[in-house]
Amino acid sequence: MLKKVANEAAGSETPRRTIYGTLRGIATENEVGDLFQHLVMARIVGIDLGTTNSLVAYMKEGRPCVIAGRNGRAMVPSVVAMTDNGLIVGDPAKEHLTRNPERTVYSVKRFMGKGLADVQNELAYFPYTLTEQGGVIRIKLGEKTYSPPQISAMILKELKQRAESHLGESITKAVITVPAYFNDSQRQATKDAGMIAGLEVLRIINEPTAASLAYGLQEKTQGTIAVYDFGGGTFDISILKLKNGIFEVLATNGDTHLGGDDLDRLLLDLFVTEIRSAHGIDLGAYPDHLQGVRLEAERAKIRLSDDVKTQVNIELPEGKGRFTRELTRDQLEALTMSVIERTLPPCRMALKDAGLAPSDVDEIVLVGGSTRMPLVRQRVEALFGKPAHCHLNPDEVVALGAAVQADILSGGTTDMLLLDVTPLSLGIETMGGVMSSLIRRNTTIPTSAKEMFTTYVDGQTGVDIHILQGERELVKDNRSLARFRLKVPPLPAGVARIEVTFLIDANGILNVTAKDMRTGLSQSIEVKPSYGLSDREVERMIEDSFKFAAEDIGARKLIEARLDAAALITTTEKSLEEGGRLIAQHDVASIRSVLSQLADAKNGNDPRIIRARMADLEQAAKSLTVAMLDDSLKRGLQGKKVSEVT
Amino acid sequence: MARSMCWHCQSEVSGEYFCERCVKVQPVSKETDYFTCFGFPRRLTLDQQELEAKFYELSRAFHPDFYLNKSETEQAISLGNAAMLNTAYRTLRDPIQRAEYLLALEAGSVKDIRTSPPADLFEEILELQDTLDEYRGADRTSEAGQRLLATLQTEQRTLEQRKQTMESQLQRLFAEWDALQDRSEATSEARAERDRLLKQMREVLSNRTYVNNIVNDLVATIG
Repeated sequence: MLKKVANEAAGSETPRRTIYGTLRGIATENEVGDLFQHLVMARIVGIDLGTTNSLVAYMKEGRPCVIAGRNGRAMVPSVVAMTDNGLIVGDPAKEHLTRNPERTVYSVKRFMGKGLADVQNELAYFPYTLTEQGGVIRIKLGEKTYSPPQISAMILKELKQRAESHLGESITKAVITVPAYFNDSQRQATKDAGMIAGLEVLRIINEPTAASLAYGLQEKTQGTIAVYDFGGGTFDISILKLKNGIFEVLATNGDTHLGGDDLDRLLLDLFVTEIRSAHGIDLGAYPDHLQGVRLEAERAKIRLSDDVKTQVNIELPEGKGRFTRELTRDQLEALTMSVIERTLPPCRMALKDAGLAPSDVDEIVLVGGSTRMPLVRQRVEALFGKPAHCHLNPDEVVALGAAVQADILSGGTTDMLLLDVTPLSLGIETMGGVMSSLIRRNTTIPTSAKEMFTTYVDGQTGVDIHILQGERELVKDNRSLARFRLKVPPLPAGVARIEVTFLIDANGILNVTAKDMRTGLSQSIEVKPSYGLSDREVERMIEDSFKFAAEDIGARKLIEARLDAAALITTTEKSLEEGGRLIAQHDVASIRSVLSQLADAKNGNDPRIIRARMADLEQAAKSLTVAMLDDSLKRGLQGKKVSEVT
Repeated sequence: MARSMCWHCQSEVSGEYFCERCVKVQPVSKETDYFTCFGFPRRLTLDQQELEAKFYELSRAFHPDFYLNKSETEQAISLGNAAMLNTAYRTLRDPIQRAEYLLALEAGSVKDIRTSPPADLFEEILELQDTLDEYRGADRTSEAGQRLLATLQTEQRTLEQRKQTMESQLQRLFAEWDALQDRSEATSEARAERDRLLKQMREVLSNRTYVNNIVNDLVATIG
């Protein structure tokens, strides 16, 4: 970081400047201020908001670590379900995929920053209903519709609460990862999700580069690395140069609509066809079973990463028996080969843009659950002509990297710096429906471009500007980001001079400012996003999220209490079975009576009553616990010689 | 580098990018050219390692990642400086862009794209355009199509060779320019030499760009 000039303080007599001699030798007031700011600065967590699973991580004594939930798992399934008791998220929501498919949302990341037309050909795969409002997809859950950022915000809130209960402090700031190939609308939608969840998103960071930070921190590598990130719904390739703590991205490429989901679908289609011909059942009419088949397809795929064959076992609807079949790894590979092959052209493009040959890459880092497939690994290793690196858990490495970036932002890590690029060219529409490029893809960010605009007609008072992102020649083949109207004072044609600055910040998000060169005055621009929420809409959603927060907390408390009660009932019953003979008969009876009271409370709707009965049960079962402990100690001593005990 | 007052403590700033008194980051002036920003003379041969090292050093000084705890003003300066630094590095890193930028600094813009072929290429380019049109309309699997493809591939090699010749020509001009800079004479001969070099560089650069565009077009058509 920047060098500070501290010598002035040593001989200075200015009364306002205090010399602090205890901290790091002699420091100026300014430096102490910085240090203090670092100490009091709220913690920033790193979040991997994935298509299938999400994680939260933080920096603990110089090492990033993920935060596990009550069930000991770090991954929160990116699933949100609307139940009769409100919204639930993660593992409990995942159970609703088969019970309640039309009210359970998964893979919402695929819809971030998109319009309905973008996902038209895959609508049939989703059991929930999608509509559109103002260019933004809405997901219907019960009576209400939610935008993808709102659904994502529920997942973020879950992670936020998880971090808060683990760290025992309030968490309001985060770094969130996105696929490197996400466009401006998708990044903005992610940032909106953070705001709705009550998080200040200090940085949007690319997933493969986040992975490289975690990897670089651990391995202290220098040289050129390729990060191949094949996740649940997206694919990215990034080529980086690592040198003296600088992580410079040379090029990135990818496909934001290519992931493990697509592999599952191929299997799903196969099973559905086979079930239709073997049993004459069209599963299309049974959304709950269809979800069951999808999950079984995913599990079979995962099993085949370790085994060469596996049994697929699917329960058919209306008691029509089961569908079973053996699936071999060879069959899976033949089926999915074409999808996996689609990851290779982006790799070649990225290499070309970086000006490198495959052999120039020193190391390959694999990220994302889909890279566990042996075929994926083979294809990547064949392309680069060397073995791939996989020391770090491909599911966690992105979240760990986000935590490292969070630490850089809070001033903890100062020797590492990430220089990322914008994945797509940015331009504006010009005459004849052609895109004129202003910022080329793979330009290091932040970056800016200026463009001068004038009028064509006397007295013209506005110039319409259409901003695009993409690599194609024609406007219609690129992604429309936003439109805005420049205000121009009425003047003869060609006299007005408005300079517009297009700045892509370190998040890869576009900021537009305009300046009238004749008056030197800046003007504010109201940009209308083509596929995004307006600022007003985001604000309203934040308000809504507060309004429903109380309700949600109530629902959440109830669900948690029920889960805990269920766990306590199970363990107590098990203890009674094993140790009931050790205590008096009437003690067993009283435990059983409290147990049934807890079971009743669990079926009710008041978490306080559930908690109270749980406490009663723990109290009543105390004699049993003590007796069992004594017993096990006694048995531990049996059969041993006296000399061993004493 | 003479610069005005620190925006924060109003003291005179003479150092590079940071006020010596209050250590606040200073905006890179709009008048600062990319060479000056990196602390390099206006020479056309640059040590890439040195350029990269300086880029990394300045990135560590300016990158917004290190300004999150600072005031809004400092954050805005950091963003502007980092954006400028990235553009400067991208321009200086590439020898052609570097030369075009220097020409723009020394003698006004060179970005006016040549629309007609250079005189010595005129016939050749016209013929190539015809062959390209013919190939676009032809059945590519037919014998005629294959013959056209072979012609185009030969033409591509010829043009790429020509491009290389122009690039070595540029290398020589760059070396001459640097030698002139190193002598730093203020004589009328030196001025005449300077103008001659700039004129020649402009000519070769624009011809090279023209040929480069033709080659790209060719590659896009024949794959």
